[in-house]
Amino acid sequence: MSVIFILILASLTIAVGFLVAFIWSVKTNQFEDDYTPSIRILFENEVKQVDEPIKDKNR
Amino acid sequence: MELQKFQYDNKIVKWFAYATMLWGIVGMVAGLLAAIQLFLPAANLDLPYTSFGRVRPVHTNAVIFAFVGNGIFMGVYYSLQRLLKARMFSDMLSKIHFWGWQLIIVLAAISLLLGKTTGKEYAELEWPIDILITLVWVVFGWNMFGTILKRRERHLYVAIWFYIGTFVTVAMLHIVNSIEIPVSFWKSYSWYAGVQDALVQWWYGHNAVAFFLTTPYLGLMYYFLPKAANRPVYSYRLSVIHFWSLIFIYIWAGPHHLLYTAVPDWAQSLGVVFSVMLIAPSWGGMINGLLTLRGAWDKVREDAVLKFLVVAVTAYGMATFEGPMLSLKSVSAISHYTDWIVAHVHVGALGWNGFMTFGILYWLIPKLFRTELYSKRMANWHFWIGTLGIVLYAIPMYWSGIMQSLMWKDFTPEGQLKWQFMDTVNVMIPFYITRAIGGALFLTGAIMMVYNLIKTIKIGNFLANEDAEAPALEKTFAKHGKEHWHRIIERKPVQMMIVSLVVVMIGGIIEFVPTFLVKSNIPTIAQVKPYTPLELQGRDIYIREGCYTCHSQMIRPFRSETSRYGEYSKAGEFVYDHPFQWGSKRTGPDLARIGGKYPDSWHYSHMLDPTSMSPGSIMPAYPWLFDDQVDVSSTVAKIKAMKRLGVPYPEGYEKIAASEMEKQAKGIAANLEKDGMKTKSDREIVALIAYLQRMGTDIKKTATDTTKK
Ligand code: HEM
Ligand code: HEM
Repeated sequence: MSVIFILILASLTIAVGFLVAFIWSVKTNQFEDDYTPSIRILFENEVKQVDEPIKDKNR
Repeated sequence: MELQKFQYDNKIVKWFAYATMLWGIVGMVAGLLAAIQLFLPAANLDLPYTSFGRVRPVHTNAVIFAFVGNGIFMGVYYSLQRLLKARMFSDMLSKIHFWGWQLIIVLAAISLLLGKTTGKEYAELEWPIDILITLVWVVFGWNMFGTILKRRERHLYVAIWFYIGTFVTVAMLHIVNSIEIPVSFWKSYSWYAGVQDALVQWWYGHNAVAFFLTTPYLGLMYYFLPKAANRPVYSYRLSVIHFWSLIFIYIWAGPHHLLYTAVPDWAQSLGVVFSVMLIAPSWGGMINGLLTLRGAWDKVREDAVLKFLVVAVTAYGMATFEGPMLSLKSVSAISHYTDWIVAHVHVGALGWNGFMTFGILYWLIPKLFRTELYSKRMANWHFWIGTLGIVLYAIPMYWSGIMQSLMWKDFTPEGQLKWQFMDTVNVMIPFYITRAIGGALFLTGAIMMVYNLIKTIKIGNFLANEDAEAPALEKTFAKHGKEHWHRIIERKPVQMMIVSLVVVMIGGIIEFVPTFLVKSNIPTIAQVKPYTPLELQGRDIYIREGCYTCHSQMIRPFRSETSRYGEYSKAGEFVYDHPFQWGSKRTGPDLARIGGKYPDSWHYSHMLDPTSMSPGSIMPAYPWLFDDQVDVSSTVAKIKAMKRLGVPYPEGYEKIAASEMEKQAKGIAANLEKDGMKTKSDREIVALIAYLQRMGTDIKKTATDTTKK
């Protein structure tokens, strides 16, 4: 059943990795504001397109 | 703060979108072909390449890794750039990623049709392709993290967390599960054997579902649903909780695929507990998705995109409610091995993945081509046809699954099994036909979509590089705002980390200790011996033909199974099985104890024409096994590989392997000849019969031996 060690080790590595990521994200105030991000994604600052007189139509 | 100008790369998104459509159709055609073969075996054209055991892996690999895979990349490459206010890290990496992935798909399709397979579900691809997958996956991650590092938006929107989770976990799963020992360029043996292989495989298999079909699509949901509805997600905080709880629970649920098998009990129970817990975050996510549309339901009535997304989220809810139920041992006792699982799979696959992909495509293509969808009416028709397709697929499969399971378990008042296995197959036919109709409808809808989108592309005007601007990222951190639950964590980071580690360790210890206490969970059975060279070759033919896609090799400890198939399977019986072949579906009967049940001649006739031995059988015929010769030259390499994996063949066995093989084959040929069947002893059918006759007999030997003594 030794393979279980590998699986647990691998799973734990992932879990600990994400734990660290979680702590990092909390510490860097990633979740400080839990409202604006949801609004922000709705706005795309449309920039007037001036580039290539788009010929690149199909493919 | 200077305003920086940059451009989004739309071209890569377009390519992935085209690939999604192409492979979607291909994968579903393969699915439909498989579905038709289950009531009309002749639909395999009697060719090895289109035989069910090969078409089914082509279907699963194509829809999961080609259709859903490209769909993931399409959505990630579109949303990541916009969420991070940055172009993808490197156009070159994007290109390598795209073409590398398509190359993998083409190689996969060809090799699977040719029967090059490892025999592990969803990980069938042989080792050279496994390596290629690893490399391309790394390119994807490199490109993604590169973009994250050069982002112009400090906050990582929750979708990005889902993408990161997907990337990291899939990388690890793929590597651990693919550890195999090459025998030749297109043949390898799994490093693990039997129970161990099963555990690794379903740890992988479950997480392939979790981290390929679920988490990336949740990321897409959190981006595209609000965008399509033009409304913020109902609760951003809930979405963050959804991510973190999923990521910590999902990895432990794998053993729910192995309930009542020879896997240790405590591992099974652990899988059950985590699976049941999964319902909470999953439903939180579903509700979050649906409530995003509060006050916008009038839009849903008109907008095909929203309709697709709503049904997708609902299907996610259904599959994640059903999943934890299927993980309960008492439910699994009924559902495992049956069409019920196939129904569960396709509610998720067709509803959640399929409809989500369709919705995103309908939204994205007009945007990329700066035009309106060619025909909204047709999109709405697609929606209704697709929905009907799902219904006609799922309902018959639930019905037939439960019915078949109950028939398997039915006893007469005298205590005899009430139904022959063939009886339970015959009643399946109408359901299989209805399912194929449902699948055909779903496919029709998808074809309509492709037509509609091609028309849209024709009238549209594609923008390869979209201008954007954003201020560069400041170096300072945001100010500290109002107090929240996580502020407490933040103020005590070290304490928090210790507490969390302890929690995780406790989980680990619970799994470790029993393993330490019990010296080994696999009792060795002295009578279980390695396969002879001929049996080994036969086993490889069994793997090549994908017999495991319809036959299990795992008798669960129920009276209904032991009286039908014999003594229940013990962990110790599989110690030389590289890879394990337990299977997950019983379209045909279990084969774990088929050895010695019938004479050689029965198998000979049966493989040539299954209906000759069991009238009404839907098993395909394997005429090519009677013409093709066993590849004797590979025997030495195979024995050597097995020895390296610890299979105790005697010293120098590979030298006498060829002659041993010939001896055994001659014996079987002579045996067949007695029954009037003339065959050369070097044919594949002989090797296959050798394997079939060996299966599950080792522990029977014990029984007879002891009685003799
Ligand atoms: C036209 C649509 C489709 C049809 C007709 C179809 C048909 C089938 C059939 C006949 C099987 C074999 C079932 C058996 O062995 O009893 C199967 C298995 C499977 N299909 Fe599909 N399928 C379709 C679409 C999809 C899609 C879109 C996905 C994924 C995104 C998918 C994922 C799977 C998986 C994962 C399995 C294996 C299930 C298991 O091992 O339990 N299918 N499908
Ligand atoms: C909370 C979430 C879920 C849980 C706990 C869960 C649980 C399960 C269980 C217990 C099985 C049956 C294994 C067996 O008896 O053979 C299963 C099979 C499966 N599920 Fe789920 N499920 C969940 C969600 C999903 C979703 C959302 C999808 C798809 C998009 C999905 C796709 C599959 C597939 C492909 C299989 C077939 C595996 C095979 O036997 O080949 N599941 N799941």
